[in-house]
Amino acid sequence: MKERGWTEIPIGGIIEDAGNAATYETGSWRTYRPIWDSEACIDCLRCWVACPDSSIELADGKIAGIDYDHCKGCGICSFECPVDPKAIQMKLETDVAKK
Amino acid sequence: MPQLTEIRWHARGGQGAKTASLLVAEAAAMEGKYSQGFPDYGPERMGAPMRGFTRISDKPIRVHCAIYEPGMVVVLDDTLLSAVDVAAGTPADDGLIIVNTVGTAADVRRELKLEGRKIFTIDATGIAIDEIGRPIPNTPMLGALMKVSNLLSLDTVMAQIKKKFSHGFRPEILEGNIRAIQRAYEEVVGE
Amino acid sequence: MRVARRLILTGNDATAEAMRQIDPDVVTCFPITPQTELMHKFAEHVADGDVKTEFVLVESEHSAMSAAVGAAAAGARAMTATSANGLALMWEIVYIAASYRLPIVMPVVNRALSGPINIHCDHSDTMGCRDTGWIQLYSENAQEVYDNILQAVRIAEHPDVLLPVMVTFDGFILSHTAEILEGLEDAEARNWIGNYEAKYSLLNTDDPVTFGPLDLQDYYFEHKRQEIEGMWHAPTVIREIGRAYGELSGRPYDLFEAYRLEDAELAVVALGSTCGTTKVVVDELRDQGTKAGLLKIRSFRPFPEAEIAEALGNAKAIGVLDRSVSFGAPGGPVHKEIKAALYGTGREIGIVNYIYGLGGRDMSMDNIKTAFAGLEKVAREGTPDDNIRFLGLRGEGGV
Repeated sequence: MKERGWTEIPIGGIIEDAGNAATYETGSWRTYRPIWDSEACIDCLRCWVACPDSSIELADGKIAGIDYDHCKGCGICSFECPVDPKAIQMKLETDVAKK
Repeated sequence: MPQLTEIRWHARGGQGAKTASLLVAEAAAMEGKYSQGFPDYGPERMGAPMRGFTRISDKPIRVHCAIYEPGMVVVLDDTLLSAVDVAAGTPADDGLIIVNTVGTAADVRRELKLEGRKIFTIDATGIAIDEIGRPIPNTPMLGALMKVSNLLSLDTVMAQIKKKFSHGFRPEILEGNIRAIQRAYEEVVGE
Repeated sequence: MRVARRLILTGNDATAEAMRQIDPDVVTCFPITPQTELMHKFAEHVADGDVKTEFVLVESEHSAMSAAVGAAAAGARAMTATSANGLALMWEIVYIAASYRLPIVMPVVNRALSGPINIHCDHSDTMGCRDTGWIQLYSENAQEVYDNILQAVRIAEHPDVLLPVMVTFDGFILSHTAEILEGLEDAEARNWIGNYEAKYSLLNTDDPVTFGPLDLQDYYFEHKRQEIEGMWHAPTVIREIGRAYGELSGRPYDLFEAYRLEDAELAVVALGSTCGTTKVVVDELRDQGTKAGLLKIRSFRPFPEAEIAEALGNAKAIGVLDRSVSFGAPGGPVHKEIKAALYGTGREIGIVNYIYGLGGRDMSMDNIKTAFAGLEKVAREGTPDDNIRFLGLRGEGGV
């Protein structure tokens, strides 16, 4: 991305396109990938509350999947998951890619 | 009247010298003159010696410093005569000093070891207790000042007092102040 | 001819009167001497329904400025006021207001910074934040306090500027002195101020924007350059608005005032209430045959260096009055600016710095005469070794 000069940007650090983080994909930053098991999931939504990147996708108030374009693989969702064994398991991207 | 009249007020915190210094300035403004009124805040304690200043002129006033050579001095508390050099900077020939005291002008002259000047006295505290019910001598001193200075009309000062006391004061307080000013205007004496 | 609305008000009450006429959307308030009576008076206007202002009482000056920033980011016309230690406490947010380009107007009633603790006037508070990105207008008397506040709103909100403005005036010396001034009629003032349409508003949910994101090595520098650009536009805007205000009120304003300066050999540079006293001294000296003059700085930020250097061009000696100290620096803040302004002009003018009036020490006419008297030797012999002098100080080194 070309960085712009001082006459080409809004003043005061303002971002005119609020929420434009959505266009910035951070999925490639992951080392671990969260793998969601819909069978084991109890839809408590703790992962959705805790995810710092809004990457837990919902449909009709229930977990519908994970946004791998933005998930950075921090693992908070898995840590917070109260089910035993966990409904979200963190797997190495390299292992997932091999399969 | 000279082009610029400067008055210095000596009092103790709580005796109303700030109000008096501003009130005379406001009354002068009512007469279309230029004026300044300001206190010289010290430690802001009740009873501590403090000063107030008033300037009146026919022309805009640009100076913004204390008054060092006042043509007129008003002393609201005679215990200050021995504590503060109230006559400092007053012109020997026609300097005017008005003191709130039960003593006479000769007593004040002796106390200050002062020659020249015109000295006037008035028992403003006694008048304030009689007429207002509280020992706050500032308003009667205004009456005395107007009598001996010919600075402004007494009516203007009365009008400004009425304006100032029309908010937040009981009517008796205003009436007491008006009586006190009138009495001091009539009773001030000097040499 | 227009009939003046003649008033007698203290500097604080004159400020509250201007604020009543401005009727800001939001005023945030925390009291501090000598600003307190200003906010008392404005609070009365709020209580009496004279204004529609949302008056927000906060628990500290840090919050006062934070709330003003929030309100301004929401698109409101926001004001607050403070003094000395209050300004010091809001310091962090003072920078933020400027860097977010929020046109907040803040009267600052000049007071010495502690310690030892003092409530009286000097300029250590506002001089300390001369590099915050705020425009600073200094006022000579109650009239200028009132006029500067009415102009400050237009200057701050000007699209070429969009920077906050401090209108400063001397604590007690102006804030608590009742004196004569002329006020605009309410309709005139309202028409002058006009409506404010913020370019960005946090409350605009149809077109949402983000204020205050993290701004690191990649863009912070560019945003600072924009802020500098706003400040560079300010002199032109301050002048335009000063001229327009003159047409409205009969009192035009410029970046500085040259008083009997054109042929002056001995020039004093000052700001604030001391300028009025200095004018009287200049007149007296002129009557005695001394070619004395005054350069009164109104806009210290932006500092109009080229114009000031030009205006001081004929002086043989310059005495710069500073009511604050810049510890460890070669003289007070005004002194350094004047020296810098003259650098490279090719003129050898003797300059001395007079530090005066710290903590409210009275600046008498005699003090100012002493300063001018000292300049006569400087005019003959150039800048002396003892070019930092202490006017009105007792003991060694005092003059």
